[in-house]
Amino acid sequence: MTKQVQQLDRVIIRFAGDSGDGMQLTGDRFTAETAQFGNDLSTLPNFPAEIRAPAGTLPGVSSFQLHFADHDILTPGDAPNVLVAMNPAALKANLGDLPKGADIIANTDEFTKRNLSKVGYDGNPLEDDSLSEWRLHAVPLTSLTVKALEGYDISKKDAERAKNMFALGLLSWLYHRPTEGTIQFLEAKFAKKPEIAKANIAAFQAGWNYGETTESFSVSYEIKPATLRPGTYRNISGNQALAYGLIAASVQSKLPLFLGSYPITPASDILHELSKHKRFGIRTFQAEDEIAGVGAALGAAFGGSLGVTTTSGPGVALKAETVGLAVTTELPLIVVDVQRAGPSTGMPTKTEQTDLLMALYGRNGESPVPVLAAATPSDCFTMAIEAARIALKYRTPVMLLSDGYLANGSEPWRIPEIDELPDISVLFTTEPNGDDGAYLPFKRDSETLARPWAVPGTAGLEHRIGGIEKADGTGNISYDPDNHDKMVRLRQAKIDGIDVPDLTVDDPDGDARVLVLGWGSTYGPIAAAARRVRAAGHKVAQAHLRHLNPLPANTGEVLRSYDKVLLPEINLGQLAMLLRARYLVDVISYNRVRGLPFKAAELAAVIQDVIESD
Amino acid sequence: MTDTLNGKGLALIPRTDAKQTLKDFKSDQEVRWCPGCGDYAILAAVQSFLPELGLRRENIVFVSGIGCSSRFPYYLNTYGFHSIHGRAPAIATGLAASRPDLSVWVITGDGDALSIGGNHLIHALRRNVNLNILLFNNRIYGLTKGQYSPTSEIGKITKSTPMGSLDKPFNPISLALGAEAGFVARTIDSDRKHLQSVLRQAAEHRGASLVEIYQNCNIFNDGAFDTLKDPGTRDEITVRLEHGQPIVFGTGDNERAVRLSPTGGVEVVRRAEVADSEILVHDAHNPDPSLAFALSRLDEPAFEHVPIGVFRSVDRPSYDHLLNEQVQTATAEKGTGSLADLLHGGDTWTIG
Repeated sequence: MTKQVQQLDRVIIRFAGDSGDGMQLTGDRFTAETAQFGNDLSTLPNFPAEIRAPAGTLPGVSSFQLHFADHDILTPGDAPNVLVAMNPAALKANLGDLPKGADIIANTDEFTKRNLSKVGYDGNPLEDDSLSEWRLHAVPLTSLTVKALEGYDISKKDAERAKNMFALGLLSWLYHRPTEGTIQFLEAKFAKKPEIAKANIAAFQAGWNYGETTESFSVSYEIKPATLRPGTYRNISGNQALAYGLIAASVQSKLPLFLGSYPITPASDILHELSKHKRFGIRTFQAEDEIAGVGAALGAAFGGSLGVTTTSGPGVALKAETVGLAVTTELPLIVVDVQRAGPSTGMPTKTEQTDLLMALYGRNGESPVPVLAAATPSDCFTMAIEAARIALKYRTPVMLLSDGYLANGSEPWRIPEIDELPDISVLFTTEPNGDDGAYLPFKRDSETLARPWAVPGTAGLEHRIGGIEKADGTGNISYDPDNHDKMVRLRQAKIDGIDVPDLTVDDPDGDARVLVLGWGSTYGPIAAAARRVRAAGHKVAQAHLRHLNPLPANTGEVLRSYDKVLLPEINLGQLAMLLRARYLVDVISYNRVRGLPFKAAELAAVIQDVIESD
Repeated sequence: MTDTLNGKGLALIPRTDAKQTLKDFKSDQEVRWCPGCGDYAILAAVQSFLPELGLRRENIVFVSGIGCSSRFPYYLNTYGFHSIHGRAPAIATGLAASRPDLSVWVITGDGDALSIGGNHLIHALRRNVNLNILLFNNRIYGLTKGQYSPTSEIGKITKSTPMGSLDKPFNPISLALGAEAGFVARTIDSDRKHLQSVLRQAAEHRGASLVEIYQNCNIFNDGAFDTLKDPGTRDEITVRLEHGQPIVFGTGDNERAVRLSPTGGVEVVRRAEVADSEILVHDAHNPDPSLAFALSRLDEPAFEHVPIGVFRSVDRPSYDHLLNEQVQTATAEKGTGSLADLLHGGDTWTIG
């Protein structure tokens, strides 16, 4: 039987199963195959905070969504075209997101009476007519896998466990993915257990062959590679890009990187990644708590390292006092906040943009800190270097915001040439800068207002710094009222004067009357929504802030040049409040705080409403 | 085999041949403790002992937290960092771990080290970060004007405990030994010779050193250590620990000795009633901290007999040493990192 091949321009697949089913791994591998093939792509992993919630239950469902296309795309997609459901819980948890007509590939072996009742199904949805509006492919994934692995010297449990590779093989056939990478990956992953490696590869190939021979799948799909800017690409997640950006910042600044960090979801992978690269002279320190993490980073900065701490919202709350010390001692420090749903513990594995005001203002006293926010997973690389540039040039702590969506999401990244990266090297002060050979630790650079940075070990420049207010210039303890007023203003002026690129506006025709503005990880959904609105014949301008403090100098001018400014945020309007206060512009807020990124269709509708309403 | 720098604790720190004096270590800042404060004596002792080490002044750093004692760094002409309440060990850890060429001193008090900063203290000790931690213990909160501290005796009447404090105090020596600190000692502000001798040993110890210094707060807890200073009582209650020496104290008929007790600890007995062979000989280098811990419990009930001196001095690799060894090993095995190779690692594909 010759099977039909259909051309598609884009597909959204969601793999869903129990936490123990290996859905994240399956998604990662399908992503790697897709990247290798040359499609543009964007991913959205979604998993519970519980490491192993009770098997087969709704809270235990873990999923991985991948959007890939023959053109450049901006988001992991709103609604899946295909759902792979490894058990009834996965079906139930995800069916609501699935448009009618989409494909469902369900593992029939897991649809037992017991599993069905666990999630409240009275009957078996695979057997009654309840799924008639979707295209259901009922496949006994587990038993097919076990059958394919007869003759391998592995336990039944290990054989069953390979069902995710069977599913991956089937999907790889369905979408014409290259398979060599996955085979190599499995060989390497199970190098110490060759029998398991062989079995997983066999399961993967059996899945492929099943697609080829079964009548259950009569059509396969081809999605041509995307035409992207020439260059060498790799797929990268936000956390990996951020870690690489910090390493690049260390190389480009010629300073050893010192990371003081305490494990916290969803930031821990940055610590894991950096700890693997000690041959770059990187020292990673897993501290006893969040406070010690930032404290050690600041101590290392005092000693001349590029001091970094990585955390998520609750950790930032704990680090606040030390960030204040870095503000007043004017030492370079990078504080990475991978935001997650709050308040308090909130929803650790879910995304949010709710730490903006904490990053800006969550400290005692007048305590200005530059705040940056990455727009996409790969932008985390660029913004990590930018954070280091500002920290080092202006001798200040810098808050770099990412979030759960960027951290775990991934996209193809054009790898920059090393000579495209900025030189952010700094010179330590080695000579006295005052009269009679004195060293004045708070004598400022007239242009940047940065203070000199003399590190211990430099003869003749011995000095003391600390949290108590310092006399301008000498840095000696001072309670003088006018000196305090002056120092408060100097510290503020230094941050206000940071060189930040202008805000650029994407307005294809140049005559849009509505601007949609965003910051941080909403870039993808907002840009995708703007495309849709334009494709529908409307005009909308788009701009995105990556520098939140100081804001680009032209921000007010940009905002005022539109009739309406729409600002979607995954919070209750934090940036909107600031823009209203600062520029007296009646920004229209759109806010949802569901722990999930915006959908492009949702934002397109909101933009269209704003354009059409008067 | 890891070189623990046994006995060469200052080997990595640049030295100077120039003659240094006390004056070289005085900063130009006016010292602002209350007149009569024990901190003056400690400052003077430190300023006059530092020149003996022969280290380059610029390679010495004093890091402090918050409290009266934490003003210390401002008065020394070295590098200094007056930080946040309780956090000095954390900040000093980052500095010491990244700069093996520095002699890093942490100045802290009983509130700073044992209350708000207790967590950082025990972790710095267990990691064996290359720090000399000087814990000024005056058994009271001074800077906040007289509340009880985590070393105040039960029943202490203070502004915040008008009916007496309820909580049992920490014994800082027991705590440090419990965290398996490599160097643990106690000394007293008024005995400059002993103080300097202990500081010297702490400085020469590579790794974490904890020195508890009994320090008198003459405003809020005056006389807390008088029985250790008064010539009439001093020799009767001070148990001087010296490595290799039998532990005996007291005078005349009241001479006493320390021996192993049947309950597994140590006990004080009349000297006349024990054979020489029964008297415990102090072994500060014993890898097992149990006996040192038992000795730290001798002053229970408090101030009946108080051990002074080095409880424990044991070498093991310091944290910075192990950390840098990993960096060196990684570099030796795979070469210095190349950024281009890193970025191009993993699956890549080329377009155009």
